[in-house]
Amino acid sequence: MGKNIRVIARLDIKGPNLVKGIHLEGLRVLGKPEQFSSYYYEMGADELMYVDVVASLYDRNSLYDIITRTAQEIFIPLTVAGGIRTIDDINEILRAGADKVSLNTAAIKRPEIIKEASRKFGSSTIVVTIEAIKQGDGRYLSFTDNGREYTGIEVFSWAKKVEQLGAGEIVITSVDQEGTGLGFDIELTKMVAEAVSIPVIAHGGAGCLEDIKNVIRDGKADAVAVASMLHYEYINNNIVSGDYQKEGNIEFLTSGRNFSKIKMATIPEIKEYLQNHRISCRFNI
Amino acid sequence: MAGDQTLNIVIVDCQTGNLFSVQHACKTVGLTPIISSKPKDILKADALILPGVGAFGDAMKNLQELQLVQPLKDFVASGRPFMGICLGMQILFSRSEEFGNHEGLNLIEGNVVKFPSISDNGTKIKVPQIGWNKIFYPSELKITWDNTPLEQVSNGEFMYFVHSYYACPSNSRDVLAITEYENVKYCSAIIKENIFATQFHPEKSAIEGIKIYRNWAKKIMTNQG
Repeated sequence: MGKNIRVIARLDIKGPNLVKGIHLEGLRVLGKPEQFSSYYYEMGADELMYVDVVASLYDRNSLYDIITRTAQEIFIPLTVAGGIRTIDDINEILRAGADKVSLNTAAIKRPEIIKEASRKFGSSTIVVTIEAIKQGDGRYLSFTDNGREYTGIEVFSWAKKVEQLGAGEIVITSVDQEGTGLGFDIELTKMVAEAVSIPVIAHGGAGCLEDIKNVIRDGKADAVAVASMLHYEYINNNIVSGDYQKEGNIEFLTSGRNFSKIKMATIPEIKEYLQNHRISCRFNI
Repeated sequence: MAGDQTLNIVIVDCQTGNLFSVQHACKTVGLTPIISSKPKDILKADALILPGVGAFGDAMKNLQELQLVQPLKDFVASGRPFMGICLGMQILFSRSEEFGNHEGLNLIEGNVVKFPSISDNGTKIKVPQIGWNKIFYPSELKITWDNTPLEQVSNGEFMYFVHSYYACPSNSRDVLAITEYENVKYCSAIIKENIFATQFHPEKSAIEGIKIYRNWAKKIMTNQG
């Protein structure tokens, strides 16, 4: 028996709201993260991932509140990413109730933080996110700050270094595919997954069930992070209530709900599909 | 289940990992634990939970520095309920091969060893194992979890695991559940008198995991009654 693939519900958060962008930009407000999380938990999500997408610009208290409220009610692992700069930041996020943190910018700026954090909190608590953008010459380079900041660091050597420094998992985000619904970057995911011995979570591009199957089977991903497919299903089939702050593009919520390239799916639908394609996952019929 | 304020449940803080989720799982099933690393709190507890993530050697070093090794042994010897989780299960064993050899608490006879990096058929094994996996009855001879904290959990139920090492008990009678990862069959829960411990994280294993906390809490409350 091999391993069971994880389906991770990824929620991008801005202030008190769940948002979604394309290529990690152009954010739309979708609702309150806690409502979506509870739904995904009940539907059998294997983990949750919260990403504070504008962490450096806004204060963090609303994020801590969201983490704590989530952790009190949801008994599956919660990873938090975005704006984590120091060991103290990690400590605060874990104390708020997260189980793992994911680093990107801080790790690129000072790789030693991976080593220090994994020694202090355990490797399995420290995830590193790599935001990859494919270059004209075919190389993949790592970016920071939601794909905006160029670092010049090559993805595969960085992935190996991250593992050496003690990270427990890697999230590989294809900025090119993110939010497009055009499918994961299989080549990128496969090269990272084969370069390291730690689990690799594929992120960016899930538009339909087949995309998820492909990145597991051909891309060798150990887990998939899915956002839009799940969020749009929730919005479409549930009445989203709540007081929306005047921030971001909330018209999206009331504007006909036309999500061209994204085919909505529930977590059980994803898992049933995977099992029908002989990919093991936590799913009991 | 009504909260029981009179029961003194202590979650041992050996300064590794997130105790928040363990505390919340306890509260959900009506226990009101305190988190402590003081020997005197441990010795007077009605029941003890030893969680932990991270490295075996670091955890043992912390326990020694906090002068908790003997209090933990004394607590277990007193017969009061004890629950170990993840690394908190591993350090109950005699020794570990993690980053050199380390002595454990030696409350359960056996070793802690690492998952191989290559499987029998030559493919790479992802270590740590991070994710959901099934727990099963340990053998054809033990086909019930009745009267244990796994009561009413289905044979083959999914639990959440995060680990690179696993425990090999010397006595098969201590094995309560087994799990298979990349063709390695290993012990994923133990029971020995008042000691109950899991390699998986029941507090991260959704409703079925909380059921385990509820069973354990029920037992403590009954003992007290």
